[in-house]
Amino acid sequence: MSTSSGAPESWISSFCALLGHEYFAEVSEEFIEDDFNLTGLQTQVAMYKEALEMILDIEPEDDDEEDDDEDEDEEDVSGDARDSLGARAPGERRHHSRIASDNSVIESSAEMLYGLIHQRFICSRAGIQQMSEKYELGHFGVCPRTNCNQTRTLPVGLSDIPGEDTVKLFCPSCLDVYVPPNSRFQTVDGAFFGRTFGGLFLLTFPEFDLSKSATEGVTNLTRTPTDDNSMLNGVYARNVAPGLGPGKIYQPKIYGFKVSEVARSGPRMQWLRNKPTDVTVLDEARHFAADHADSDDDESMSLNSGRAATRRRPQGNARLRQQRQAQNGSPMTVEPANGAESEL
Amino acid sequence: MDDFASESDSDYASYWRDWFISSRGNEYFCEIDEDYLTDRFNLTGLNTEVQYYQYALDLVTDVFDLDCDDEMRETIEKSARHLYGLVHARYIVTTRGLAKMLEKYKKGDFGKCPRVMCHSHPLLPMGLSDVPSTKPVKLYCARCEDIYNPKSSRHAAIDGAYFGTSFHNIIFQVYPALIPAKSAERYVPRVYGFKLHHAAALVRWQNTQRDDMRRRLRKMDVESGFKDGDGEGEGDEDDEVEDDEELGPDDFDAAEVGAIAQATAGTVA
Repeated sequence: MSTSSGAPESWISSFCALLGHEYFAEVSEEFIEDDFNLTGLQTQVAMYKEALEMILDIEPEDDDEEDDDEDEDEEDVSGDARDSLGARAPGERRHHSRIASDNSVIESSAEMLYGLIHQRFICSRAGIQQMSEKYELGHFGVCPRTNCNQTRTLPVGLSDIPGEDTVKLFCPSCLDVYVPPNSRFQTVDGAFFGRTFGGLFLLTFPEFDLSKSATEGVTNLTRTPTDDNSMLNGVYARNVAPGLGPGKIYQPKIYGFKVSEVARSGPRMQWLRNKPTDVTVLDEARHFAADHADSDDDESMSLNSGRAATRRRPQGNARLRQQRQAQNGSPMTVEPANGAESEL
Repeated sequence: MDDFASESDSDYASYWRDWFISSRGNEYFCEIDEDYLTDRFNLTGLNTEVQYYQYALDLVTDVFDLDCDDEMRETIEKSARHLYGLVHARYIVTTRGLAKMLEKYKKGDFGKCPRVMCHSHPLLPMGLSDVPSTKPVKLYCARCEDIYNPKSSRHAAIDGAYFGTSFHNIIFQVYPALIPAKSAERYVPRVYGFKLHHAAALVRWQNTQRDDMRRRLRKMDVESGFKDGDGEGEGDEDDEVEDDEELGPDDFDAAEVGAIAQATAGTVA
């Protein structure tokens, strides 16, 4: 909208304030301005340049282009290699770049572009940090499953390609995905969050106590010496699907009697919510090492030591990460000289 | 419906049950037959549970004509709703009640399963306890056999005992054709295409549980109900990867590849 450029509020904040856009983080302008972060997007978004300008609230530099004819206009564009594809698409010529009829096209392009940048941003350190704040505030809602006891969820996509499916909510407590309760989220593309964010969040913030409900404050796992803080497969053992397992599985009953598995209507899906009572059963590497200890000693030794190393590593990583965050909340603010590296 | 005209004859809302089931928040209830309500046998024991039992029953059956103040009326009204709920729990497991709830189930009056892999399978209301005022109503999905909280707060306030712990299981015993095909389709969390180690290990363990169950059932010649037939084992891997569309090299841009290096250095399986 032409009004958005004049308004004090930036396009990004007004976009994130829209009804139904509650899950979105505000992508920092530095992130968008780094061309490296936009690699490959110009082929995916029509009117890429205009859309990018709209997102960044940059006034189009076309004051004198109004009188120019099409050819010259296109020459100008071709000089700017970035949007040759968008500008030449039929019906999307940009010589009327900011008149009303085009604005809706640019607006939707901008939303698409923002979403795709958002998918990348929330996997960057600054982005995932911002999403963790939104997670703590419960912006993403809670798991509808009764036995998950209102634990917080994370917005995820089932595809990284736009237009395939809407945004879903991933519950780290039962490791399943749910449809957001409000229909207004059914217009939000899942690709704007992507398939990676949910899993990456769990790896980035291993210390969150995933069994806590949204009504309780977010806490890190309690660290009393008596507590079991053992790691399992890269996460804290207590954070391995805390909403699943014996006692958290629905047992159908009729007048107090369990419905037998052998019955036609008997339970068939309990495995989906099951978890071994002793989660160390899931430590397949260790069991493999234990089973093969006799046959070849050398290998099992290396496996054992390797396992010991991997057990330590995530914890160390998390600490390192927190230190880095404490020093410098947004790695995107690092000087452009090592901007590419900071993104990683 | 044609005798709605007579409604104006009474000062108080006649056809109390009509009003009750059509009022907002009571969408889960079906209408209890007059015959069922007037048979005292069906109400056995409820007189100790409901305050002003007789007045409440009169109100529910539209024969209430006590002259009383608003406060008293409010109390009786509340009792009537409670009584209706308790009778409802008994009624919906009768043949007629099951048929009525089946109609509502088919229309999706109880909502759709929020689990993505259930593909909006209709839900059934259920209680976690048959004792009134202990647990609010929950919704049961026959496809994933799990229970969910109602989306709306006005439904979350309804007592679960008004539906009971047995109804949703009885309906599938009475109408076995309604039992949906089970599916092993599931969500596997991934980071840049790589499964999360702890989640993947759990999935593998769960799959062995499922295969064990299917083997047990097959030994007893019981149909397991899985739509993917006998492809046990080999079908599972397909289900696991079904959300995994291979990304072409073009879709993997430099930023992602770099981040993969970072992520895989950590704990990704």
